[in-house]
Amino acid sequence: MFRATLKSLLARKLRLILSGLAVVLGVMFVSGAFVLTDTLGRSFDAVFADAYEGVDVNVSAKPTMEVGDFEGEAVAAPVPAETVERIQGVPGVADVTGVVAADGARLIGSNGKVVTSFGPPQLGMNWVGASDLVQLREGREPQADDEIVVNASLAKAGRVAVGDRVGVLTLEPKREFTIVGISGYSGGRDSIGGVNEIMFTTPVAQQLMLGQGDAYTNVTVTAADGVANDRLRDDVAAALGADFEVKTGAEVSADASATLKDGLSFFNRILLGFAAVALLVGTFLILNTFSIIVAQRTRELALMRAVGAGRRQIIGSVVLEAVAVGLLASVLGLGAGVGIGALLAYVFGNISGGLDLAGIAVPPAAVIGAFGVGLIITVVAALLPALRASRIPPIAAMQDVATPDRPLTKVTVAGAAVTATGATLLFLGLGGHAGGNTLVTILGGVLFAFIGVALLTPLVSRPVVALLGGIFSWWIPGKLGRLNSGRNPRRTAITAAALMVGIALVTGVTVILDSTKSSISGLAQDQIKAELVIGGAQTGPRPPTFDPAVLEKAAALPGVALVGGAYGDLAQVGDERTWVGANSDVLTLTQIFGARATAGDISRLGPDQMLVSSDVAASRGLSVGSTVPVQLARAEAKTYTVSGIYESDELLDPVTLPVTAAQGFTIPQPIAGFIQLTPGAEPADVLPRVETLLADSPEVSVADRETFIEQQTKPLDDLLRMIQILLLLAIVIAVLGIINTLALSVLERTRELGLLRAIGLGRAQTMGMITVEAVVISVFGALLGVAVGSGLGAAVVEALHDEGITDLVLPWADMGTMVGLGALVGVLAAVIPAVRAARIDVLGAIAHD
Amino acid sequence: MTATVGRQAQAAARASEVWKVYGSGEAQVVALRGVTCEFEQSRFTAIMGPSGSGKSTLMHCLAGLDSVTRGTVSIGETTVTGLGDAGLTKLRRDQVGFIFQQFNLLPTLTAKENILLPLSIAGRKPDPAWFDTVIETVGLQDRLDHRPAQLSGGQQQRVACARALVSRPQVIFADEPTGNLDSRAGAEVLKFLRNSVREHGQTIVMVTHDPTAAAYADRVVFLADGQIVSELIEPTAETVLDTMKKLDSQVEVGD
Ligand SMILES: Nc1ncnc2c1ncn2[C@@H]1O[C@H](COP(=O)(O)OP(=O)(O)OP(=O)(O)O)[C@@H](O)[C@H]1O
Ligand SMILES: [Mg+2]
Repeated sequence: MFRATLKSLLARKLRLILSGLAVVLGVMFVSGAFVLTDTLGRSFDAVFADAYEGVDVNVSAKPTMEVGDFEGEAVAAPVPAETVERIQGVPGVADVTGVVAADGARLIGSNGKVVTSFGPPQLGMNWVGASDLVQLREGREPQADDEIVVNASLAKAGRVAVGDRVGVLTLEPKREFTIVGISGYSGGRDSIGGVNEIMFTTPVAQQLMLGQGDAYTNVTVTAADGVANDRLRDDVAAALGADFEVKTGAEVSADASATLKDGLSFFNRILLGFAAVALLVGTFLILNTFSIIVAQRTRELALMRAVGAGRRQIIGSVVLEAVAVGLLASVLGLGAGVGIGALLAYVFGNISGGLDLAGIAVPPAAVIGAFGVGLIITVVAALLPALRASRIPPIAAMQDVATPDRPLTKVTVAGAAVTATGATLLFLGLGGHAGGNTLVTILGGVLFAFIGVALLTPLVSRPVVALLGGIFSWWIPGKLGRLNSGRNPRRTAITAAALMVGIALVTGVTVILDSTKSSISGLAQDQIKAELVIGGAQTGPRPPTFDPAVLEKAAALPGVALVGGAYGDLAQVGDERTWVGANSDVLTLTQIFGARATAGDISRLGPDQMLVSSDVAASRGLSVGSTVPVQLARAEAKTYTVSGIYESDELLDPVTLPVTAAQGFTIPQPIAGFIQLTPGAEPADVLPRVETLLADSPEVSVADRETFIEQQTKPLDDLLRMIQILLLLAIVIAVLGIINTLALSVLERTRELGLLRAIGLGRAQTMGMITVEAVVISVFGALLGVAVGSGLGAAVVEALHDEGITDLVLPWADMGTMVGLGALVGVLAAVIPAVRAARIDVLGAIAHD
Repeated sequence: MTATVGRQAQAAARASEVWKVYGSGEAQVVALRGVTCEFEQSRFTAIMGPSGSGKSTLMHCLAGLDSVTRGTVSIGETTVTGLGDAGLTKLRRDQVGFIFQQFNLLPTLTAKENILLPLSIAGRKPDPAWFDTVIETVGLQDRLDHRPAQLSGGQQQRVACARALVSRPQVIFADEPTGNLDSRAGAEVLKFLRNSVREHGQTIVMVTHDPTAAAYADRVVFLADGQIVSELIEPTAETVLDTMKKLDSQVEVGD
């Protein structure tokens, strides 16, 4: 039995390779994800181990606010300067250094543009002297308040050199400095992990990076000879009390690395998501291939049964074939995954500005994942065909069985049930009734919906294929092709369903993003009563900001009626973390954003007062006069009194604080400015004047409202393009499926093709016939995908209605493109099978047994 | 060879000095050894001979389905030998019709569509009067909308005959068309093959093993070992059987 299986495997290698390829790609993503995160993880470990090399014990203050993974940066509370002296007094301490190091020091390069970062922080620090790790490559240390040292990677990125006068943006607006030195790191490195650093004198660093003098972000301690780090840690902790976090250098470096690795799990999830898509499509292909193989081998399998093979042996032989395919696919996928993982790690290292990559290794998780996924998917997909094979009666060997046209009732009932399950899961997930498992429930719903629709596809395929094929019926090869595609509804259905998955995902994502975009811009268009807007496109983790002085100057310009500068941050409001905003002029709320008061007065705001939205008021039981403690990132906790409540609106912040509170925000500078003009003033006249005001704020520009809205929604377009390109992969895999199905059809119908050729069908006509068959199948799949995708997308949009996505946009043009792409995919997939069909030797075909 | 009957101008198909050799070296098989033979227009010719004598090979060569090793083949005015794929396709569309022993119809098409398929492929319109005549001749009036799976073997074969007749080819080649049918169904098929020759002047060349079937033909050509060895005009089942016996004994003696 084993040998027979092996032989039949070899006889069908091309077909199996085609269907196995999908599994290879899926496995590649799975193992690639693990290799990537492993490599980057070890690289981060190395970076932080380096950065904390000379630190025995590190002291920092507990952050005033806990901040979650995707919520923004945690701002550690500054360590008071006198802490340094206190630590100095601890026995066993050799040396204590107060360090200022905070993200957000942005250098304006020689081209006038801000040097941006795609991940690693842009640290503003105090110069604490050279060490084993940090050395001055050129120049000298900063001595005056307007002198800085930059590290070599920043000097290169900004194209600046010693002696240059440069602008730097920090917590404060642009200030000018002279570069007096350029630093580098041991081993000739320009940067550690791609981090850019600007080093000021200590008082300047304290002022610009912490917003207060006499404080540090952390204090590093070196132990005297013979004192163990953890003993010293305990001693320092005991001396300082509970307000401080005291850790050894190794602990801090491990913690810092772990935080970044958490961030990496995001990449991991994306890659695993694509793996899931590839594997789902792959499952369809494998299922189809094995079904066809079993159908073709009906006689052979029946003969085996007739000569005494048991059902189990038959199942075994099919499953064995699947195991072999799965194993091979896993090995190839693992190899490709290591390659892809290494490549992505390299790309990541480069984008993030020169992360020194640790060596590529294959973690056990990658191997286990690869073989687990590859084998399980293949075997599960082959199980159904295997069961069918075992039901072939021995008598079939004696009969000339054409594959019987089994009724579709069972499949249809199953399909309806699975689709209903999917719909229910989606309803639960999207409706927020799934408890804590919203994402899992939604994904499960999508999966079930796909499988359910795939099961229903055979039923739909008859009428749809007939309708589609009608287009080609005027042409006889077209008619024949159409009839062929309707011949085996199951096969057509699975092949089309494989294509459906990719196209449905693209369509669904497009519907969601287009609807989001349209809702946002619609809202902004209708409600923002400002002719000009100051803002910039966010490229890194921080939003672009500008000098608050611009707001006042702009307000004084002729033709300007009102200027509202917007600040925002996450804050602890009462016992919940909430987004809070502040406006340079509280009138912005009513005059520009059209806020309507439901209680109290929202047109003025005292320094101890706050305004809240009606939603917040309702959910927290607040009314005018309620008091709420608010903890901001950079300020002492303070209690505010609610003085007004406005009707909730997507454009309005849930909580509005007085502008004075913005000094305590993580980013204490405005991120957008709205300029309302006096009646009759021309935006085109005012715009250049505002532009000149922005000379020292290179991160932002002023534009009319439409341009601003476009600028704000552009990231959505970019995201959409990226997702579409990645999902193209699923479509490519589906093409393999179509090629596979067609190649098998051509093989099965060799005699028929011979007959057709014998009665005068030309080569070109034969190719036309096969191509039409392919196009009908693929367009059918594309239509299914567009339909299912629109449905899923619309469901999500509906669920997000309360989040402000009120417009449902069906991207007709994109959907048309998708169907066109379907047709193209069909034509491409048909090439090889069509050429094969045209080459069939007429005599050989009809004389063939 | 002595098997030439009738004047040259009237030949619908002709083979001259046709050799067909399969394989090479030890595996070489000579299927046809210099066959020269003419098939007159409007006549029904049967080809007979023992299994492996080269009947099918000869027919395939005549129909342009297979190339000859040496010699020439022509259909009507067209020299088949040396035609490329496009030429052969055109030949099949316009000048020859086929009826095979089995698997003659496309399962996806109805009887009517199957019958009209060669015309559709060639992009020609059927002559309605002729179409009705053919349908009547084969007796399929009320089966036209059925698919092959819904037809009996005999009915299927009649559809295949109608398909071959409807485009009025120069010559129809039939390889054991009654091989899969019982004697009654076979007789029906043979009857209207003969009728189409008698009444409509169709030319038919048929390979058969069955002396009764051969008796429907106007002439029988006997092949043995790749050569034409005998011929009967106006055969009856008895004369055919006699000739076969004679040839058998010759072969045995020859061996
Ligand atoms: N493709 C081929 N390759 C090699 N030899 C072949 C091939 N086709 C036919 N032959 C040989 O040529 C000879 C003639 O075969 P052919 O099929 O013409 O016989 P036939 O008279 O039709 O026999 P039957 O009555 O059994 O159909 C046989 O010996 C056969 O083995
Ligand atoms: Mg034969």
